[in-house]
Amino acid sequence: MSAKTRDLPAVLQLEETRRIIARHKAWDRAFGVLGLVALIGALLVFATLLGEMLKNGAAHLSYDFFTSFPSRRAANAGILSAWVGTTLVMLVTALVAVPLGVGAGIYLEEYAAKNLLTDIIEINVTNLAGVPSIIYGLLALGLFVYQFGLGQSIAAAGLTLALLILPVVIVATREAIRTIPQIIREAAYACGATKWQMVSHHILPYSLPGIMTGVIIGLARAIGETAPIITIGALTFIAFLPQSPFQSEAPFLNVEWLSAPFTVMPIQMFNWVSRPEADFQANAAAAGLVLLVMTLTMNAVAIWIRYHFRKRIKW
Amino acid sequence: MNPVAKNRLAKSMNLRRRLIERGIEGLLLFAALVSVFTTLAIVAILLWESVVFFEHVPIWDFLTDTQWTPLFDDAHFGIMSLLAGTLTTTLVALLVAIPLGTVLAIYLSEFAPFRLREIAKPFLELLGGIPTIIYGYFALLFVTPLLQQIFPELPGFNMLSAGLVMGIMIVPYISSLSEDAMRAVPMHMREGSYAMGATRLQTALFVVTPAAMSGLASSYILGISRAVGETMVVAIAAGMQPNLTFNPAEPAATITAYIVQVALGDLPHGSVGYQTIFAAGLTLMLMTLLFNILGHVLRKRFREAY
Repeated sequence: MSAKTRDLPAVLQLEETRRIIARHKAWDRAFGVLGLVALIGALLVFATLLGEMLKNGAAHLSYDFFTSFPSRRAANAGILSAWVGTTLVMLVTALVAVPLGVGAGIYLEEYAAKNLLTDIIEINVTNLAGVPSIIYGLLALGLFVYQFGLGQSIAAAGLTLALLILPVVIVATREAIRTIPQIIREAAYACGATKWQMVSHHILPYSLPGIMTGVIIGLARAIGETAPIITIGALTFIAFLPQSPFQSEAPFLNVEWLSAPFTVMPIQMFNWVSRPEADFQANAAAAGLVLLVMTLTMNAVAIWIRYHFRKRIKW
Repeated sequence: MNPVAKNRLAKSMNLRRRLIERGIEGLLLFAALVSVFTTLAIVAILLWESVVFFEHVPIWDFLTDTQWTPLFDDAHFGIMSLLAGTLTTTLVALLVAIPLGTVLAIYLSEFAPFRLREIAKPFLELLGGIPTIIYGYFALLFVTPLLQQIFPELPGFNMLSAGLVMGIMIVPYISSLSEDAMRAVPMHMREGSYAMGATRLQTALFVVTPAAMSGLASSYILGISRAVGETMVVAIAAGMQPNLTFNPAEPAATITAYIVQVALGDLPHGSVGYQTIFAAGLTLMLMTLLFNILGHVLRKRFREAY
């Protein structure tokens, strides 16, 4: 109550106080509306984005779009080499990032002593998460493409994206492990388990949902990454497929595809966006739609896993 | 089996077990060290190639020249024109992202009903997961034409629409981190405020926000780092022409867009043009490092313990 109010007669004082309360409540409501408007605004932006893609791209989505190579004629162009490339690159990324990321997470949570080395690793993981993705592209260009002589290959791209999502996997693994109570570890040791037995029989299985969430979110991010792949100089016009990783005679797997040139979904889309013809931009919208469905599905699966298991597991 | 042999067997099994344990620990340590190697490799590559670059181009020219035309016959290497583009788009993005992100965070943390929050949070996370190339498409082919209806002189490539879309892209990061920080403020502080007769808004603005300031500051810093390092939106929508201007209505290249432009052409490995992208990358890296250090200082400065 201000000094002014205090000098007023009692009845008026009450009036004034009520007015102040009403005014503050009005502000409260106004902010509630503002927040809701902001939230609906975000929803609208998303709806517009999706609507715009659907409007321009849906007509191009046909069976042929998925089974055709890119072409100089917009109507014939498709994303066959792009989605095959994306699948193979993601395979490499997952094969590299999952063991390294989960291993690092386990080390930091279960093995690491409290010393300088551990501090350095921890600070380093945090900082790496903030490094712009294009910098990873420069690293890959200097290191993988030229020093290691991998060239503009699927292996180089997969390794680059693996390093890029490593912090995501490490952080998710650590958070998942941290929720496991100490008694589980003590019970395992009491039964005579060694450290690795304890980790592999208990810690890993129990933290699996959390790790899966992190891996899927990381891969969803990697699928959409364009800048690092462009930086290593990946070609944009690829009208052939790399050799299949599987073959009919022993040893059934081959590694030649690793060194094949490739293109991926976001690069294909970028290639089409940057052309002035409306037909190609419609192709870009269609490719964007496919990419959007891929990432949204992966993110939705990750969110679902997290919510599902959070409800079920009670220690 | 006699007791001596049994004992020996047990011992050898013990030894084998210990060896396996040590081996596994070594492997896990190696996995953890990969991230350290990555950082070292990034720094080494950027410095190595930049040193060669600065042997050709004096560092003074790099910092003071007002033109960036490394691929022309009359080559100029003034990083300022690229920095101007980066800073302008970042500023536009932050003008959108910080107010919107903060309002959303306050709303979700202090105002929204439980049910709405449980739906809104994953939804915002989904928005944050959309590939940046899709935002780039959106900026060039939807936002720019929309803006051109309001400002007919606006060129097809401009920093304004790139910045605006980038801002929208960053909102989920800021709102999600800020909300986490606000939720971490202990309930008794809010209850104390309510007990004094404060409304929800007053509590949110004068009690919760100051208490969560260190978290808010770090979410803003993260937003800035994202904006500075963002590549595809600016490369698609802001054009790739270096332009020393702070006017968002003009086209201009950012540091990241320049790297993309060079990578799209085919420059021979080892040429000065090839090395420019590492010098540009080093500049970008130093900028993000600067913001990270700033964020660290801010977090320390505003940290409140309860």
